[in-house]
Amino acid sequence: MKKILTASIVGLSMTVAGLAFAEPVKIGVITTLSGGGAGLGVDMRDAFQLAIKQSGNKDIELVVEDDAQKPELAVQIADKMIQSDKVDLMTGIIWSNLAMAVVPSVVAQDIVYLSPNAGPSALAGAKCNKNYFNVAYQNDNFHEAMGQYANKDYKKTFILAPNYPAGKDSLTGFKRYYKGELAGEIYTQVGQTDYAAEIAQIRDSGADSVFFFLPGGMGIAFMKQYAQSGVNIPVLGPSFSFSQDVLPAVGDAALGVKNSASWSHDLDNEANKNFVEAFKAEYKRLPSIYAAQSWDTANLIVSALAKASVKDKDAFRAALKAADFKSVRGEFTFNTNQHPIQNIYVREVVKEDGVLTNKIIATAFEKHGDAYADQCKM
Amino acid sequence: MTRETAVNTGLALLLVAFPLAAQAMGEPFYITLATRAAILALAAVGLNVALGLGGLVSFGHAAFFGLGGYAAGILSTHAFNAEPLFLGFEGTASMPWIWLVAAVLCGLVALPIGAISLRTAGVYFIMITLAFAQMIYYFAVSWPAYGGEDGLSIFVRDTFPGVNTALPLPFFLICYALLLGGLALFWLLRGSRFGAALEGARQNPVRLAAVGIAPFGIRLTAFVVSAMVTGVAGALFADLNKFVSPSMLSWQMSGELIVLIILGGKGRLFGPVAGAMLYVLIEYVLGGITERWQFFLGLVLLMVVLFARGGLLGLLAGKARHG
Amino acid sequence: MSVELLIEQLLNGLQLGMMLFLMAAGLTLIFGVMGLINLAHGSLYMVGAFACAAVATATGSFWIGLVASIAAAAAAGALMEVVVIRRLYERDHLDQVLATFALILIFSEGTRWLFGSFPLYLNIPPLLQGAVPLPGGGRYQLYRLALIGVGGGVALGLYLLISRTRLGMRIRAGESDREMIAALGVDIRTLYTVVFALGAALAGLAGAMVGALQSVQVGMGEPALILAFVVIVIGGIGSIKGALFGAILVGVVDTMGRFLLPKVLALALPPAQAGAIGAAIASMLIYIVMALILALRPRGLFSAQA
Repeated sequence: MKKILTASIVGLSMTVAGLAFAEPVKIGVITTLSGGGAGLGVDMRDAFQLAIKQSGNKDIELVVEDDAQKPELAVQIADKMIQSDKVDLMTGIIWSNLAMAVVPSVVAQDIVYLSPNAGPSALAGAKCNKNYFNVAYQNDNFHEAMGQYANKDYKKTFILAPNYPAGKDSLTGFKRYYKGELAGEIYTQVGQTDYAAEIAQIRDSGADSVFFFLPGGMGIAFMKQYAQSGVNIPVLGPSFSFSQDVLPAVGDAALGVKNSASWSHDLDNEANKNFVEAFKAEYKRLPSIYAAQSWDTANLIVSALAKASVKDKDAFRAALKAADFKSVRGEFTFNTNQHPIQNIYVREVVKEDGVLTNKIIATAFEKHGDAYADQCKM
Repeated sequence: MTRETAVNTGLALLLVAFPLAAQAMGEPFYITLATRAAILALAAVGLNVALGLGGLVSFGHAAFFGLGGYAAGILSTHAFNAEPLFLGFEGTASMPWIWLVAAVLCGLVALPIGAISLRTAGVYFIMITLAFAQMIYYFAVSWPAYGGEDGLSIFVRDTFPGVNTALPLPFFLICYALLLGGLALFWLLRGSRFGAALEGARQNPVRLAAVGIAPFGIRLTAFVVSAMVTGVAGALFADLNKFVSPSMLSWQMSGELIVLIILGGKGRLFGPVAGAMLYVLIEYVLGGITERWQFFLGLVLLMVVLFARGGLLGLLAGKARHG
Repeated sequence: MSVELLIEQLLNGLQLGMMLFLMAAGLTLIFGVMGLINLAHGSLYMVGAFACAAVATATGSFWIGLVASIAAAAAAGALMEVVVIRRLYERDHLDQVLATFALILIFSEGTRWLFGSFPLYLNIPPLLQGAVPLPGGGRYQLYRLALIGVGGGVALGLYLLISRTRLGMRIRAGESDREMIAALGVDIRTLYTVVFALGAALAGLAGAMVGALQSVQVGMGEPALILAFVVIVIGGIGSIKGALFGAILVGVVDTMGRFLLPKVLALALPPAQAGAIGAAIASMLIYIVMALILALRPRGLFSAQA
């Protein structure tokens, strides 16, 4: 009798311990897998799947769909994932404008959304939400870091970005910390591919440095044309145009450029070494920052699932907020608005064994939050 | 009842039966899908007034679709934040008012665009309408007040007296009713003296002028009416997604609206409806199967244009009565 | 603002225009001869860029890549014509729009299938690196000068081809009266395939040369396509001369607009605001110019079918 009782108690405690694992969890991943921006989405998806696989958690089911970088389509997929697939959590969106389309309505339906890349200021400030966790960065962060770093060597910077909200946020972020004077400030056309007119103005301006934010193909075009133009004023920028997914396309034109990011593949910590090795072994290429952020997002979810049931929203959100996982970015905590507090590094583009990549040369900010957290009343 | 009427009735019933069945089975997403089809169909019905009746191939109707969307987004944002709009006007979250504003706004914008564009014909008309839409697109991307490229969120779906629009089915029924209204308008126009004049302007403008009717005025009226209907659809689309952004104004959107009409069948009352239902269905089914869905979407569209002349309705209901 | 900078910007505008001309020439030729609206012309531009990048990376030579780009785009164009386009000549413009819209989807995803999701690397050849001095001071990039030269050379070549050769005679005949030249025993099917392949080859050439300046990625063709349409509509559809003039006009207006508008506005507004508003107007400028021209001349500046 006593034996049976002990056995059943053991059995009971095993079920209790195993409860967090035994329950199936569905994660909806909306990301860009077709068109010109597909590279970012593919890296994000690959890292996410690999992290879930390595975690050994067999109860996580992923639903992955392509948004083709169209906001309306992303909204439709989000509706489908919530209403039809009945997902418990959502993540995956790469672009700010798609995040702005999807996130407000998702979190209003009491579904937790974790951002693996975009961090528009609206969602960090007044419109923050208890169901919205940003595991990447607030959009201004990398630009702020570059502004801070530019103070060291430069007094007259020429700045340019596309004429849309993220572009304006970028230049605002740079100017927030930059103390020197501006040699010029240009807003370029969205999707512009020819920068001859802008480069001529940079040459003419007497600038001692250039800061630019031109994501995707725009940045590749700008860097190539800048290098070909023979203007040799040093270039600064956020990591997006010098990330592992685009560096091969930019080529040697990128060598020596200083860029800011929260992560680099040479960042010295155990979790990062494991991540870079695992990613290289599985996919035969170096991971990009999108892969790193996605890997962290997946591991954050796994860590929270080990602590609380996803059905118990309050407990689960608390478990996420604790950020009790080994980030590849080193120390990582959440701010009051559930955006990261993390170090932002300055990296330099170098060639290692014939492959273009980044190496950390300085730390621009330690434990850096964002400028909008005060406006968030949560 | 002709075969076409039977097919049309079947399509209309199918479009409303589908969400009702989904409601019964507790699958609200399929209601959303049907709502999307109904709204796109309404937008294409609007375009069909210019394109199908008037032979005016507008490659810029996304401009009106997007403007309608922004009318909804801006009015409801101002109402939500209780900020006055301008000149003492208030925002509103009431759908009938929003539709009215969307229709009037699109009509007012379509008037000068149409007046200038109708000086041209053929491919020049296709391209000048595209040019106007691109102007509005770039303006929306770079104008910061209402979100620019990031777009504008509608936090609570706009209201309709006596209906809970937050629930999928009532909102679908509103969209469906407006679609039927749009179809009725198209049908009335086609059968009217105005429709006959428009048909005449398309087939033989010289003869029309000879009987004392200026084709320009007739065409301009058709273009403006067309824009107004598409604008109302845009307002509904913004309410469906609870979001409006410049991508609603993009040239791809204009292209999609044309594709819907050809896919369903040109010059047909129910062409846009059939086209929108098929397009939304293919997009949804393929998107769920493979990440290369756009490749197969392209193949399907190509097959339709090469082997199913006259579109879906051409297959189902035989050749169109008139060319 | 110095005179050198102004001259440099004018050259930049001219160079952008010449690249647009290569795209527009093929488009307008195909429209003029076959009466076809080809939305997939941008896909041929993309094919050229990808072929050049892939071959240049494999062989280490930009020039072999350039030859490959022309060959690949011409082959893709001929294939497209024989399999799909041929069936569309007798249809109205709407069917052509739908079919070539479908081809865009197929080519974009097909290219991604073949080459992967990441942008490819393509740089300018060593021979054309560096800058040359301009008369009257200032320097200009050699590669961009070469682009202007290629554009001018193609314009001249097309002029000679159409006015002096047998093929050109048939093209002219095809533009004015299709039944007649068929009755005269010209194999019209082959003629159409050749013209289509020629237009495709020009698009491929443009894609390869611009690819060395830009990002070689899926979707690169559509912005170029829209601009090429603006060009041929301004110039008058079917007219090579119109395409050349329209291309240079669009190139110069766009470049100078981006350059000058913020400066002009800065006289009245604070710099950041002037920059943003100036950029907004600059992005709409070529469409405004196009609407103005069509309002005054509804068939473009040099219509071939007046």
